[in-house]
Amino acid sequence: MAQALTRAMRDAMAEDPTVHVMGEDVGTLGGVFRITDGLAKEFGEDRCTDTPLAEAGILGTAVGMAMYGLRPVVEMQFDAFAYPAFEQLISHVAKMRNRTRGAMPLPITIRVPYGGGIGGVEHHCDSSEAYYVATPGLTVVTPATVEDAYGLLRASIASDDPVVFLEPKRLYWSKADWSPEAPATVPGIGKALVRRTGTSATLITYGPSLPVCLEAAEAAREEGWDLEVVDLRSLVPFDEETVVESVRRTGRAVVVHEAGGFGGPGAEIAARVTERCFHHLEAPVLRVTGFDIPYPPPMLEKHHLPGVERILDAVARLQWEN
Amino acid sequence: MTVQELPGAGASHRSTPPPAWRPRTDAAPLLPDAEPYRVLGTEAADRLDPALMLRCYAELVRGRRYNAQATALTKQGRLAVYPSTVGQEACEIAAAMVLEEQDWLFPSYRDTLAAVARGLDPVQALTLLRGDWHTGYDPREHRIAPLSTPLATQLPHAVGLAHAARLRGDDVVALAMVGDGGTSEGDFHEALNFAAVWQAPVVFLVQNNGFAISVPLAKQTAAPTLAHKGVGYGIPGRLVDGNDIAAMHEVLAEAVRRARAGGGPTLIEAVTYRMEAHTNADDATRYRGDAEVEAWKAHDPIDLLERELTARGILDEAGITAARDEAEAMAASLRDGMNADPVVDPMDLFAHVYAEQTGRLREQAEMLRAELEAEDQA
Repeated sequence: MAQALTRAMRDAMAEDPTVHVMGEDVGTLGGVFRITDGLAKEFGEDRCTDTPLAEAGILGTAVGMAMYGLRPVVEMQFDAFAYPAFEQLISHVAKMRNRTRGAMPLPITIRVPYGGGIGGVEHHCDSSEAYYVATPGLTVVTPATVEDAYGLLRASIASDDPVVFLEPKRLYWSKADWSPEAPATVPGIGKALVRRTGTSATLITYGPSLPVCLEAAEAAREEGWDLEVVDLRSLVPFDEETVVESVRRTGRAVVVHEAGGFGGPGAEIAARVTERCFHHLEAPVLRVTGFDIPYPPPMLEKHHLPGVERILDAVARLQWEN
Repeated sequence: MTVQELPGAGASHRSTPPPAWRPRTDAAPLLPDAEPYRVLGTEAADRLDPALMLRCYAELVRGRRYNAQATALTKQGRLAVYPSTVGQEACEIAAAMVLEEQDWLFPSYRDTLAAVARGLDPVQALTLLRGDWHTGYDPREHRIAPLSTPLATQLPHAVGLAHAARLRGDDVVALAMVGDGGTSEGDFHEALNFAAVWQAPVVFLVQNNGFAISVPLAKQTAAPTLAHKGVGYGIPGRLVDGNDIAAMHEVLAEAVRRARAGGGPTLIEAVTYRMEAHTNADDATRYRGDAEVEAWKAHDPIDLLERELTARGILDEAGITAARDEAEAMAASLRDGMNADPVVDPMDLFAHVYAEQTGRLREQAEMLRAELEAEDQA
């Protein structure tokens, strides 16, 4: 996935001279995860810029660059390091189009490596998507596959609106039969995808939890459950139709994500599914999420992250008998 | 004395300094003067350009009238709120005057007058404060960023824009305005640091008007002056009398020239005073005494220039009357513009959130449309 992301930026920069990559360590080092590897060398330091270490400054100056017609791609290095930039994000990035009645859209892509499962110490593993999806004006996407990493990042950079691009850190090293020589077509933002068809229940998920859900779906076959798995890919806009169609077909749903459950995206999705599918549901919509705790230390994270067992337990509870 | 020369730092067990580090030794030119720079009432005024000063005078009088009219409009309920710049007109006017057409102004919420002096229609400039929309103009058309309510957050925007323009080879300078309170915000510091590292063509203008709402400067900072803050970033700091429009114009124009020539950013502290309350919603008598306000009244920006120009025979009664008449005409047109009820379209609530409406917003827009139709039929 890491290479697909690099390739997406490289292709975008080659096609459009207004695309600029910026952030801490993105230049000479190629980023702490090497996602921007080689960009400074190929396009020069003016196009791939090592900035001072200040997230509000990085995003704030990107706002000014976008105001002047550039398309900045900003790297926030780690989920929890993005918080100093929240005022810029919420007060300006998300609102500039609205404040100016459409006169000044901000085509900024904010890449945020997020989530746990890599043994990172504290402040390196947050799932901060709830903050972003609660902010009107932001588009929020997250790829779960190598193909989508390329396609969604291309679509994000091409978008005239600011996009928070959440990169599941633990999928950086995932491999696929994806050839950078023949990049897949751009899926477009706002489209969910049924990754696995099934008839007994729908698992609704995104980002780092997709492989876990697919694994759970395989395991569930032994229990006689044929699970459908929907990958949201985009949290805002939320592809309600794909989700609703699936749940109406299966009659049961579990939302799975790493972020805490209270006020997490799953709460919204469960509410929407309930509103739209009430008469089709055989059981309440359940959620399998991270605990409502600060992200735990690495030695305990396996207890926190939603795993196959916890998903299967939820699936078992879908045998709803009042 | 550098860090390495401090007593104890050069103990015998370490005879050589660590590699590749040395402090800058050229900090002195970055330091501001001990006294705010002044022109009016000094010998420096001999070199003033009469035509420019007459323009400044007319703008100051117009600016004062604009402040008075806007404040009156709050009393009539036509403006929700107005942060006055009475006493600070020289800063506002000079900031607008030194910019070329292609340059950009980044105003704070208090700087509507600077936007108007740059040529923005006064009614459009007051849209935010009237409440019919957040920004009533196209920022690109006027090269005036939206008035920023969050403090100092527009400063990094100015840096980014100026940097982008330079990358494209365009001759553009950004001038960003902030108050004394705003210099305590993180964004102020990050903006200065980015601007210095990138050598961006930016001018930072701090209007030190004495108070951040009610908090005086002494409780805001322990720095010798706000202009000294530039030194830490490698940016020259200039201290200037903010009520002396000749000094303001000179210092700002010099900083803009330097930025345009590739000399990098400048931090200017204009020492001025907010004669009125923070806004019409504030009671300034709770935190400051009349004596202080009276003392500043004697240092009024319009009086300073008027005295200088009349003493030199550049301005006479007829000129003063002409400036006042022009200001009255502006005020009358502003009143007319503001007395017309703004037309607001509730459906605008959903029109500019995203380039492409999300399904969720389409639903909500339909709900509102139905409510509006039901209201119409009732």
